[in-house]
Amino acid sequence: MSTTLFTVTADQFFVLLQHWVVSFLPGSWQPVAATVVSSAAIVLLFPILFALTTVFERKGLARIQNRLGPNRVGPFGILQPMADGIKSLTKEDIVPTTADAAVHFLAPVLLVVAVFMGFAVLPMGRNMVLVDMDAGLLFYFAMGASTELSVFMAGWSSRNKYSLLGAMRAVAQMISYEVPLLLSAVTVVMITGSLSLTKIVAAQDQYSYGLPHWYIFTPWGFAAFVLYAISTTAETNRSPFDLPEGESELVAGYHTEYSGFKFALFFLAEYVAMFSISGLGTTLFLGGWSAPFAFLSWVPSWIWFFSKLMMSIFVFIWLRGTLPRLRQDQLMNFAWKFVLPLCLLNLLVAALWRFMGDGWLRWVVCSAILVLAYVGMGLIGMRSKRLGPRSYRYAE
Amino acid sequence: MSPLAGFLIVAALLFSIGLAGALTRRNAILVLIGIELMLNAANLNLIAFWRYGPHPEALTGMMFAIFSIAVAAAEAAVGLGLVIQIHRHAHTTDIDAMNRMKG
Amino acid sequence: MSFVFYILATLTLAGALAAVMLKNTVHCALALTVAFAGLALLFLNLDAQFAGFAQILVYIGAVAILVVFAILLTKGSETPKDGVFSRTWLAGLAIAAAVFAVLGWAVLNSAWALPHETAVPEVTVKQIGDALVGRYVLPLEIVAVLLTAAMIGAVIVAMHEKERTK
Repeated sequence: MSTTLFTVTADQFFVLLQHWVVSFLPGSWQPVAATVVSSAAIVLLFPILFALTTVFERKGLARIQNRLGPNRVGPFGILQPMADGIKSLTKEDIVPTTADAAVHFLAPVLLVVAVFMGFAVLPMGRNMVLVDMDAGLLFYFAMGASTELSVFMAGWSSRNKYSLLGAMRAVAQMISYEVPLLLSAVTVVMITGSLSLTKIVAAQDQYSYGLPHWYIFTPWGFAAFVLYAISTTAETNRSPFDLPEGESELVAGYHTEYSGFKFALFFLAEYVAMFSISGLGTTLFLGGWSAPFAFLSWVPSWIWFFSKLMMSIFVFIWLRGTLPRLRQDQLMNFAWKFVLPLCLLNLLVAALWRFMGDGWLRWVVCSAILVLAYVGMGLIGMRSKRLGPRSYRYAE
Repeated sequence: MSPLAGFLIVAALLFSIGLAGALTRRNAILVLIGIELMLNAANLNLIAFWRYGPHPEALTGMMFAIFSIAVAAAEAAVGLGLVIQIHRHAHTTDIDAMNRMKG
Repeated sequence: MSFVFYILATLTLAGALAAVMLKNTVHCALALTVAFAGLALLFLNLDAQFAGFAQILVYIGAVAILVVFAILLTKGSETPKDGVFSRTWLAGLAIAAAVFAVLGWAVLNSAWALPHETAVPEVTVKQIGDALVGRYVLPLEIVAVLLTAAMIGAVIVAMHEKERTK
């Protein structure tokens, strides 16, 4: 682990930059100014990442579906977000005459505000967290819960059957998957002993035999990560759980009646929610800003955080291109009858892990319990379905 | 006037607004909204007294408020379930219209 | 008192007033959410961070959505033809005013005995956790049983009855 001046400066580059910018102001203003500078950096950075991700997604989906994506605007379509941005800013803002104008206007605004608030507690690098709260994880989930209401507001205020149906489905889905999301995060909290995200990352920033102590490399952590990934895909209404905004079904779900800039705000909110919740996933399970191997610690911590974030986004895009959409009753059954019992069992297994003490026995016992539970529940679930033999069709 | 008195006046006002709503509105759901406001006013009172009281490190006020939040959520769920079932039976949520025992 | 307290108090009371006075039921539910948010901020002003975030998570994230779903399932968004206030609204208003008068008199009369500024209590989540499984373990278990009973009860109460075949 080299601690030369260069690596430390690169690691703390943004912290030093913030201190330098703030030093121009008088002493009593400096804490407020530091928070303002960090907030401005977050509010500027993530929309830029969002723009890059839209191109990434369209090209990625296209290649999975055996076609080219946008390739006209700029080399390899890189400048497509600029075209999209200009389009959405200059489109006419249509509000239906029977719509509830105040609520219709406030819904995307509240959604964007609630989604951006989550970034305040994510540690994006060593010493790079906006507010180091003792109950940071609770704050994050409180902000996540606030997004559901604005989805409903958007659907109801449009006075449109498709919007209302899409909003009801979206809210039902989000509250159903909120419970497994919280339970898988609570497993990590239980083992770490703190709700503070900086402490959770610090607990994973250790290495034994060169391998990191990330929670995903433990049996309960791996199960919790998979359940967390399923819940986040459902929370952000991404495929295969995207029936509420199913383009082939519900026109556009709860944002049917939105056009122009407000639609762009919904789009932005969806992707920024994906970033935020992937950031939380990397913090809880993938070690946050810590390097995978001890000898790689010279790479700045914020590079590790953002690469893990972008890997998670890539997995989201991959899932969207690969899996078919689930029906509403299928996804609700899945949440309550499969994911939730496994989350509860995982809590038990994590407690067992903690109290069994170090050694190979706890690995074997915990993995055995989880694998048996998964296989058992799968077999029980499949018993009542009469499925024919699997058939294959290949593209000619 | 001390800060604690300010919080207590706000809580009292919130409680009476909730009470007025529960007593004067026709829709059963708005009665439940009034009840939720009253519960929240009581929570504010509890937390204010915890903060400015003699032994905040005993956490009594905060614990009471947290349990109160949990119980209020449970009561809201059951109450709204009842309202939905009544609507299915009587096709109205107007409490002034439901003034007979005969169903 | 501080400027922040006045703003938050105004926000909360405005939300509560709107929640009981507006004609459209869904607007009432949204105003209730504003009142909940104002209360959560008041809790944060009182250095009760856990209670504030729990308020947002439980009330705005669950109770407000429950209220909104109930309004939609009971067709509450249509305005009734007889007006939204009951026939006996004056009596209700008088009772509420009397209650506020009594409470306000009690507070203002004892204003001299209330403490002014105490030190900010340092409450960590760990202390709350220790208290929950230490001193308050009995209420915790009872609330767990209560929530289970309420959940099962709400499902049974709101379930569709089996159709009676003639």
